[in-house]
Amino acid sequence: MAKLDANIPEGPIAEKWTNHKNNIRLVSPANKRQIDVIVVGTGLAGGSAAATLAELGYNVKAFCFQDSPRRAHSIAAQGGINAAKNYQGDGDSTYRLFYDTVKGGDYRSREANVYRLAEVSTNIIDQCVAQGVPFARDYGGLLDNRSFGGVLVSRTFYAKGQTGQQLLLGAYSAMNRQIGRGKIKMYNRHEMLDLVKVDGKARGIITRNLITGEIERHAAHAVVIASGGYGNLFYLSTNAMGSNVSASWKIHKKGAYFANPCFTQIHPTCIPVSGDHQSKLTLMSESLRNDGRIWVPKKKEDAQAIRDGKLKPTELAEDDRDYYLERRYPAFGNLVPRDVASRASKERCDEGYGVNKTGEAVYLDFADAVVRYGKEKAHVKGLDENDQVLVEKLGKEVIKAKYGNLFQMYEKIVDQNPYETPMMIYPAVHYTMGGVWVDYNLMTTVPGCFAIGEANFSDHGANRLGASALMQGLADGYFVLPYTIGDYLADDIRTGPIATDTPEFDEAEQSVRAQIEALMNNKGSKTVDYFHRKLGKIIWNKCGMSRNEKGLNEAMEEVEALREEFYKDVFIPGTSESFNEPLAKALRVADFLELGELFAKDALVRNESCGGHFREESQSKEGEALRDDANFTFVSAWEYKGTPSEAKLHKEMLNYENIELKTRSYK
Amino acid sequence: MKLTLKIWRQENANAKGSMQTYTLDGVSPDMSFLEMMDVLNEQLMEQEIDPVAFDHDCREGICGSCSMFINGEAHGPDRLVTTCQLHMRKFKDGDTIHIEPFRAQPFPVIKDLVVDRTAFDRIQHAGGFVSVNTSGNTQDANAIPIEKADADKAFDAAACIGCGACVATCKNASAMLFVSAKVSQYALLPQGQVEATDRVLNMVKQMDEEGFGNCTNTGACEVECPKGISLENIARMNREFLSANIKG
Amino acid sequence: MSVALSSTILRKVAMALSGLFLMVFLLQHFVINITSVFSETTFNQISHFMGTNPLVQFLLQPILIGGVIFHFVMGFVLDWQNKRARGTKYAMYKGNANASWVSRNMLVSGATILAFLGLHFYDFWVPEINYKYIEVLPEDPNRYYEELVHKFDDLIRVILYVVSFFFLSLHLSHGFSSAFQSMGFNNKYTSFVKTLGKIYAIGVPAGFAFIAFFHFLNH
Repeated sequence: MAKLDANIPEGPIAEKWTNHKNNIRLVSPANKRQIDVIVVGTGLAGGSAAATLAELGYNVKAFCFQDSPRRAHSIAAQGGINAAKNYQGDGDSTYRLFYDTVKGGDYRSREANVYRLAEVSTNIIDQCVAQGVPFARDYGGLLDNRSFGGVLVSRTFYAKGQTGQQLLLGAYSAMNRQIGRGKIKMYNRHEMLDLVKVDGKARGIITRNLITGEIERHAAHAVVIASGGYGNLFYLSTNAMGSNVSASWKIHKKGAYFANPCFTQIHPTCIPVSGDHQSKLTLMSESLRNDGRIWVPKKKEDAQAIRDGKLKPTELAEDDRDYYLERRYPAFGNLVPRDVASRASKERCDEGYGVNKTGEAVYLDFADAVVRYGKEKAHVKGLDENDQVLVEKLGKEVIKAKYGNLFQMYEKIVDQNPYETPMMIYPAVHYTMGGVWVDYNLMTTVPGCFAIGEANFSDHGANRLGASALMQGLADGYFVLPYTIGDYLADDIRTGPIATDTPEFDEAEQSVRAQIEALMNNKGSKTVDYFHRKLGKIIWNKCGMSRNEKGLNEAMEEVEALREEFYKDVFIPGTSESFNEPLAKALRVADFLELGELFAKDALVRNESCGGHFREESQSKEGEALRDDANFTFVSAWEYKGTPSEAKLHKEMLNYENIELKTRSYK
Repeated sequence: MKLTLKIWRQENANAKGSMQTYTLDGVSPDMSFLEMMDVLNEQLMEQEIDPVAFDHDCREGICGSCSMFINGEAHGPDRLVTTCQLHMRKFKDGDTIHIEPFRAQPFPVIKDLVVDRTAFDRIQHAGGFVSVNTSGNTQDANAIPIEKADADKAFDAAACIGCGACVATCKNASAMLFVSAKVSQYALLPQGQVEATDRVLNMVKQMDEEGFGNCTNTGACEVECPKGISLENIARMNREFLSANIKG
Repeated sequence: MSVALSSTILRKVAMALSGLFLMVFLLQHFVINITSVFSETTFNQISHFMGTNPLVQFLLQPILIGGVIFHFVMGFVLDWQNKRARGTKYAMYKGNANASWVSRNMLVSGATILAFLGLHFYDFWVPEINYKYIEVLPEDPNRYYEELVHKFDDLIRVILYVVSFFFLSLHLSHGFSSAFQSMGFNNKYTSFVKTLGKIYAIGVPAGFAFIAFFHFLNH
């Protein structure tokens, strides 16, 4: 394997990207027509990349497992997208966005990539508005902003609580234009099951048609993986049911290093688990923390009374409430970064202050915001600011306009009216910062195989700030990959079409067929979900927000044992030549069962507390997370060596030239 | 809760389907409808019966995958929700629940409750976009102020999730609400004006070619739409279409 | 014609326009008929004018008949297309959960009106055409009132008429505002249009029914 080289361009950080674009090779328009590119996944990153590559002139084949590219899970992102526009004039700049992102990521991301991300963030907003994305506007007709956790400026653009949907539909519309022109060939309900390498380069993929079960070969000069994150490793997460690691894992097994697998974001504001039947968790946008105050009872007996249903939260006096984020982090208060907020809720609940039946929930209370907005509104309208009923009515109207859809969603799920009683929230797995290792050009360690969006590891370090995922997905897809891929493809202008009737394709197809056949013929006794649930429990309990060496070692063993049991005892009904969801799921869970082990192994190696990951062996005297910069300022990039437990660690050292490594403080 | 479920079973696109009856015990009112279906499928697999195929993905009401016609209504009896957000507390112990796929000639059944909605995609290919290159070199996002009321209306139209409940619920299987939502979003924004004429003509043409029915203004689509897309959009599309025809 | 009706939207607009045209006709029909309640002379005068004016007879009358035929034929064609668009029928379909009976059953109310039109033509139009153009009897400017009154001697006929007016009312109660929606009219005046539609849909058929009863009871 080649040495791990991030290919970061020379020069001052602010000029790296411009210089790089000036110096990399281009492919002429006539030659682009001769070149095919495969894009797997059609979320923000994949959709925008497919559209842009097609627009540039490449022949694009795009794949998604959903029935339409519009259903990719980017659609569920709620809160917003960051951009250093400084429209609010509150002192924002490219540097500040860069700085906030690196700091928010707990100094475990690559400076050059993050700076580029901040740099192109402004283009994203321009681009999306030109595409007709209906961002929220103020009464002057200009774009509105709100603020998100971990920052001191308002730089988040949003479209109510459906920003991801609107941005994805923007990318989807750009794709539609190219599909209509015949430049993108779209393959819906197709799942990538392997990568095909020819002479060491990525030259195609093997897919399964999810309707007919047909195994297909697709060739191209380059393969772009944009298949999202692997939060479903935990079984319960805010990811979609179909979200999976398979594409990333298949390329990992073919030589792409997997970076920082243990870096998972646990989002603080999700609707708590209600029972064993639960199939997924629902996120409530972080934007709610702009106006909601988080608290638990000060006294344990009050918490117990609430859990028993003897006391209502609204009956608890102000003095008996512990607004623990405001108490512990006065500077940022309820808007501390996600990792900090999540850990703090877990800490309170572990201490016995949790407020729902399971004891795993805290309150997110809008009562103060209702009064504040109500008074403001009454003042503007020249009405009586002391009329409580009026103020409450007006305030609720404002809250409804801002978060109406989220409140409605909460009420539908929990069956409680959040306008009247505080919401209950608890942390849940939401995003994975880890992913396929890529260099500055977003190329993996397999030449010609690229990874973008959540599928790669690059920009968020050990913790992602709110409203940065959408930014990264679109930055990679619209503005980074389409340039950098040209540098690689410049060598391929004379290659001609890639044939699929070669031994390499034969072999890849055979291995896929063999795996499917083995699973189908297994005739075990347990369903796929049984294994998935069990895997999720192991990972959540032993590799979740708080970890220790013993638990991680156990997790590795348990996952390995579970994997063996899976191959012995899984039952899949039906046939492989038909629409068979249990089979599709089994193939995904099989990959999770391998990733889970690497995940634990990575967490074991990283003997420091950073981001949302509290390593019990690494804490300060006050019990705060303790990062270990001397020993762990690197990216762990894992090379596949036959089994996950034997994966080989490569370290990409992180050099901070522009930002001083500091202990994060939000106090 | 104990339920009797009457579910449409169909092996594949070419097979002949029929309603099958199953009974399910131990359903909790806190379950979502799809979680209830998960439990049913686990039970079916234990009995070595092929599980019921249904589309689903995000399970938070935004991806638009889930598509069940429950007790005679798209996404069931609750309002402003998709099937995945429908909870079992809307039903009573002992209820019989009819579950069918979204039906329309342009939505052929793939298997059981899974239907092919790519007709919607093809309508979008015909014109559901603004022809702007994704270079990022467009003008500044704040160069054109847009009246808040228009921006809000455009957003409301853009909130469509493309689930197809409008088609499924319309007695005519008309896709007017879906198409008009996209046409309206762009018609309300200055960015969409340049191509407005071609867009509405092409999208309506494609809609007709797919074989959707005619709108007879019953308003059922608006009621059943999980995102509350307004009938106003259909009127706007009619307007846009007429003026586009007059302009030629 | 075929180009103009090639799209679903234009077909709907054509339905709306022909419907609105028929509503205008219906209103003038009503205005003329209601005079029979107040003044035999006025009624006869207007009827004589309408019955003998060449513009009305040879331009407006054919247009009206064309409009009626178009509206009905198109209505049946659209309904056939709509049924085909569904394909396989639902085992359970709860139409009343989200739309009114009237809006879902325009075909039923329309077919009832069509049947009524048959009776109505048999009652008035056929004798009239016979009188004027086949037997070519001498024009009597005062015959109209008597003819009208004579028809409503029969209770069965009055009941048939009133039942038909009821269905007409149903048809109009959806058709009026629906026509505006089809033509793209949906804005802040829509609630006004809807109110107007209700007044029209109840007022005009009720008026016709009143005329029928009035003559039945008074003669």
